Amino acid sequence: MEFLGFFGGVFEPVSLMLLFGGTVGGLILGATPGLSPTMAVALLIPFTFHLSPTQGLILLGAAYTSTVAGGAVSAILLKIPGAPANIATALDGNAMAKRGEGARALQLSFLSSGVGGVIGVLLLIFLTPVLAEWALKFGPSHLFWIAILGVTVIGSLDSKSFVKGLLSGCIGLWLSQIGYDEIQGTERFIFTDALTGGIHIIPALIGLFAIPQVMEMFAKGRNQAVIDTIDVPRYAIFDSIRELIQSMRALSIGTVIGSVIGLIPGVGGQIAGLVAYDQSRKFSPKRDEFGKGHPEGVIAAESANNAMVGPSLVPLLTLSIPGSPTAAVLLGGLLIHGIFPGSDIFDKHPEVVWTFINSMLLGQILMVVFGLYTAAWAARIAKAPVPIMAAGVLVLAVFGSYSVQQSMGDVHIMLVLGIGMFVLEKFGFSAAPLVLGLILGPIAGDYFTNGSMIAAAQDGPWVYFFTGELNIVLIALVIASIAYSFWSNMLSGKKEKSVDAVAASEEAKA
Amino acid sequence: MNSARLQHIIPGLVVFGLAAIVTWLSFTQQPAESFLFPRVISIAFIGLATWNLIRAAAGLAKVGSGFDATMVRNIAPGLIVMLMTVFWAAKALGFYTASSLAFFAIYSIYDPVPLSSTKDWIKRLIITALFMGVIYGLFALLLQVQTPRGILL
Repeated sequence: MEFLGFFGGVFEPVSLMLLFGGTVGGLILGATPGLSPTMAVALLIPFTFHLSPTQGLILLGAAYTSTVAGGAVSAILLKIPGAPANIATALDGNAMAKRGEGARALQLSFLSSGVGGVIGVLLLIFLTPVLAEWALKFGPSHLFWIAILGVTVIGSLDSKSFVKGLLSGCIGLWLSQIGYDEIQGTERFIFTDALTGGIHIIPALIGLFAIPQVMEMFAKGRNQAVIDTIDVPRYAIFDSIRELIQSMRALSIGTVIGSVIGLIPGVGGQIAGLVAYDQSRKFSPKRDEFGKGHPEGVIAAESANNAMVGPSLVPLLTLSIPGSPTAAVLLGGLLIHGIFPGSDIFDKHPEVVWTFINSMLLGQILMVVFGLYTAAWAARIAKAPVPIMAAGVLVLAVFGSYSVQQSMGDVHIMLVLGIGMFVLEKFGFSAAPLVLGLILGPIAGDYFTNGSMIAAAQDGPWVYFFTGELNIVLIALVIASIAYSFWSNMLSGKKEKSVDAVAASEEAKA
Repeated sequence: MNSARLQHIIPGLVVFGLAAIVTWLSFTQQPAESFLFPRVISIAFIGLATWNLIRAAAGLAKVGSGFDATMVRNIAPGLIVMLMTVFWAAKALGFYTASSLAFFAIYSIYDPVPLSSTKDWIKRLIITALFMGVIYGLFALLLQVQTPRGILL
């Protein structure tokens, strides 16, 4: 119950103001189609530079929580998921909105997000110290393999092609090695003066997440479709609360699935929402009504994607392995404030970590309150014309990356990485493993160097890195994550082939 | 060879080329201790890049839609504005002036509303001024970020 002693920090005026601002801003950003939670958090990081670590993390945590929930607004009212995590919400939420139950769908979505989110944060509170204590046993070789595991898990699970996912991870690891080697005092891969200080995480994060989205908006050209919002007639909140209590099955399925998936590094909210939706449908006596506007579809999906938020930070805080791409950006936020996640994080920075976690607990409640009041308003902002959003995100990206070190070199790096990422994304590469490689690269590199020194003094690198129970388990996990991805790629390839074959035979018959 | 396959081969070649350069540098630069970890990375990098290129050449790389002419045409004006703003105008004209011009240009280029209406041009100008006002307040006044000044602000 150590966390209770750090609640005071959350109620300090500046912290509270940041929590309010992060929650409302996150809800609006989340409701805006095309602005992902990961990008929203990345764009906020430069602002945390001017805050204390605790205050910075409170802002990022509030934005992370509320962007995921805010994405439900556009999913329900516009049938455009604000984030990939809200795909399942759009299935029933929009059908409800179309038949005049938009307010009911929004209320159920925020209430179930709140319940799932609070349980997820409680899991974070109680599981993290246990895992941190266990992680105390890790030496440099284990920590090296854990960092590699982080890259391979996200590289193989967050990509449609596992070869390209792992390649993205490799590119990120290489980018992280650019700059001065502090131990040897030598230059590595410095091709231009802008790279002398290496690639700073924040401009890289902004470029890799924001610029591809800006260019995606450009790609739509001038003929942007006009989005129509649906009118939202009023609905009694107490009826929604009663309905949520009566839908305990969907709520439990969503919360449990979201929490478990959040704990698995790299899987993320999109899968949590879809799996919970699917399981809730299977267990429902009214399964035929799913997809036609069944409230349980909204409850299961939203409770799952918010229940995932807290547990996704458990491996992040203890092992430096983020549970989702947005958690990977949060890792960048921790590192720039000099907080290195690991087994000793609760000993070295208890006031920062516990206040941050507590703020997420309060943030879940604020998210429900503000969400219920601002949902219809946020939907209007979500209708903001695409050209304004593209221009606005670009200007914010330029100012955000410049303000970190007041360096034009950072802005150049941001833009070059962003354009490069957009091109790579068009060919199936993804930003999340690249970012993780960039963030975990220096950590993996340091542990590798330390491990190599220890190995040289002992039995050599083979014995040090490849033997011992824990090393073998971690290597097995690295191989398993790659093998699983390879296997699922093969399966989806076979499915595509059989679908193509059926289509071809039907065409031939016709 | 169809264009879809070629579209995957070209980035495959670029990534392979990058991996080859990284591998060559990692194994030839001194002191070797500085490049131990890059060497480990480069082995995985070149292996995966080769595999990716072989898959692309064999027509097995299907993930990713690539580019088409319309997309390139749509992106080109915005991309030019971005590049000019960041690599030239920000220093030559000043950070705020360049950003305001970029905002206004992108908004005008991609606005689906016809460009002939004076009312809409005024609307774009007002929105640009309001947005840049917020940015100025946030970065210059609140965060006190010193930005490069060119011939203007």
